[in-house]
Amino acid sequence: MIWIDTLVQGVLLGGLYALFAVGLSIVFGIMRLVNLAHGDLIVVAAYLILVLVSLTGLSPFVAALLAAPAMAGAGWLLQRHVLNRTLGTDILPPLLVTFGLSIALQNALLEGFSADSQRLPAGPLATASLDLGAVTVGVLPLLTFASAIAVILALNWLFYRTELGRAFRATSDDAVTASLMGIRPATIFATATAIAMLVVTVAALYLGMRSNFDPNIGPARLIYAFEAVIIGGLGSLWGTLAGGIIIGVAQTVGAAINPEWQILAGHVAFLVVLLFRPRGLFPRAVD
Amino acid sequence: MITRRHLMKTSAAGGLVAASGLAAPVIAQDARIRLGYVSPQSGPLAAFSEADSYILEGFRASEAGSNFEVIVKDSQSNPNRAAEVAGELIIDDEVDMILVASTPETTNPVATTCEAEEIPCISTVAPWQPWFIGQQGNPGDPASWEPFFYAHHFFWGLEDVIDVFTAMWGQLDTNRAVGALFPNDGDGNAWGNPEVGFPPVLEAQGYTLTDPGRYQNLTDDFSAQINAFRQANVEIVTGVPIPPDFTTFWTQAKQQGFAPKAASIGKAILFPQAVDQLGEAGHNLSSEVWWSPSHPFSSSLTGQSAGELAAGYEAATGRQWTQPIGFVHALFEMAADSFARTSDAGDPDAVAEAIRAAQLESIVGRIAFDGAGLPPFAAQNVAKTPLVGGQWRRREGGGYDLVIVENGSQPAIPTGGTMQPLG
Repeated sequence: MIWIDTLVQGVLLGGLYALFAVGLSIVFGIMRLVNLAHGDLIVVAAYLILVLVSLTGLSPFVAALLAAPAMAGAGWLLQRHVLNRTLGTDILPPLLVTFGLSIALQNALLEGFSADSQRLPAGPLATASLDLGAVTVGVLPLLTFASAIAVILALNWLFYRTELGRAFRATSDDAVTASLMGIRPATIFATATAIAMLVVTVAALYLGMRSNFDPNIGPARLIYAFEAVIIGGLGSLWGTLAGGIIIGVAQTVGAAINPEWQILAGHVAFLVVLLFRPRGLFPRAVD
Repeated sequence: MITRRHLMKTSAAGGLVAASGLAAPVIAQDARIRLGYVSPQSGPLAAFSEADSYILEGFRASEAGSNFEVIVKDSQSNPNRAAEVAGELIIDDEVDMILVASTPETTNPVATTCEAEEIPCISTVAPWQPWFIGQQGNPGDPASWEPFFYAHHFFWGLEDVIDVFTAMWGQLDTNRAVGALFPNDGDGNAWGNPEVGFPPVLEAQGYTLTDPGRYQNLTDDFSAQINAFRQANVEIVTGVPIPPDFTTFWTQAKQQGFAPKAASIGKAILFPQAVDQLGEAGHNLSSEVWWSPSHPFSSSLTGQSAGELAAGYEAATGRQWTQPIGFVHALFEMAADSFARTSDAGDPDAVAEAIRAAQLESIVGRIAFDGAGLPPFAAQNVAKTPLVGGQWRRREGGGYDLVIVENGSQPAIPTGGTMQPLG
């Protein structure tokens, strides 16, 4: 029984990690940009939702709907006017700029919201649970997992069934050739970051309802997102979900043996995958 | 041997003779005594320092306060930064004493710097074990521990928390099965230490302890602990998690149907804001209480009672009172009291002796370095203040109040109710 529970909790945790990772995966997959400020952007979105909730008294879900376009707009501007300038053959400038952005965001939040830890009020939903016989699972983790799947389904439809998706894939494969075909990589990149910010808002919603957040908590969330992207393989969103689940299950199984191994087990699982499948489990085509 | 103090004395004398032709250090030419104050005003520990500016204002306005110039430095919740600003206070600002508050991460680097630079230091708001033992060269070898000459500390210790928690649990009808959430950090390792922590005391008092092991801070899943507690039929949860981890644990416990009768938690539920974030799930969580508006003590500086100090803070800031308020105020009481009993404020040795001779009835209770309740090695540098236990009770319409429910060892501090089981 305990083993079933451990697995189920691990899979649900993986849903949360996948949500953290999908935004990173889009940005990384399309423009090879490693966004070190990704975790902090999630925290920014969480604060934005919090502000909307406390100003209007709306449910966090509705507030997230309002916050999403604002985050997408901010992402578009950020990519268009800042990050696009750093892209090139040298991989160092984007790393440095996003690292600086991470520090700036943390300190701006600290200045604006103080170091108090905050939480999105989810009401009775926060502790609601479903009895599934063998295991009892929380409604909120279940919703998190379902949202991760919904987000990935929607993104896959966008990437493989729409003209915009074709432009994304073409730019990802070869930006120069794509621009010969009338695609503007700079605009495509900005749109991709805007979409990533939509996912970031969803991740922020569930992060903020699950536990406390404060201005400094972002970087701690970034590492799992990176690992999920790498385990899954570049460009594969289902792979990212699989990566999240592998880390989640590794953590809960490690913790069931001894809580000292919980975090370590996730990292070890990542290293083992890297050892045997250096390109991840489901790499998309050849890069 | 040339110490910094001797060098300063001789060069100051030389400076007088040479009519300040050389850049000699200036010693207390200003009649006002210079106090340095270090606390974590920004960063993750900033909640501890929320009341700093209110307390400082009160101190500057008091009669004794007019003799002092206070130089405030922010540790940014960073131990390295704390040591750096302590150095700045000593070398650039030439303070006569340093006060430091809040968590071993702030108090220890500052106290260590003061001890090395021979500047009197008073510290508080950190259990005395991590403060005293944490500053020793070899924390693992009690035989090597040395007392300090300049560094002093007043607060309570781990033994007091254990007493208070077990007394609170004793008020309830339970199966005496305790589950522990001890993280892999300074506090968690001290609480879970098999020799000086919770395990030996709980065993002696007939409790069974389920300690699944030290987890890392900022863990996202606690189902392993919840399963272990459920298997052992745990009815009491204790531990010293950080606030995000306790929220994760407590939310998951509710989701997975684990409902203990008592949860006595250090650190995570210290501040009302943190309890508030648990929503209704925070009702009747219990915690140690070091200071409250109902403590029957008053300030030696302003004559204010504990209740008046807290009410003044709430009126000035619109925020609920927190426990560090009393202790930060008491730091300045200690400073004023020590200098009042010293003839030469510029003589660090005399000031340090004066601190040790304190018999102060302060807003947090009596502070005296008489070794009461302490092992001999810490008696010279540590003064213990009273500790009681409280429960957070949800108000009608939101918000939480801390109600004292256990005062077994401190009958002078009134209780506001009795321990209630979690609903």
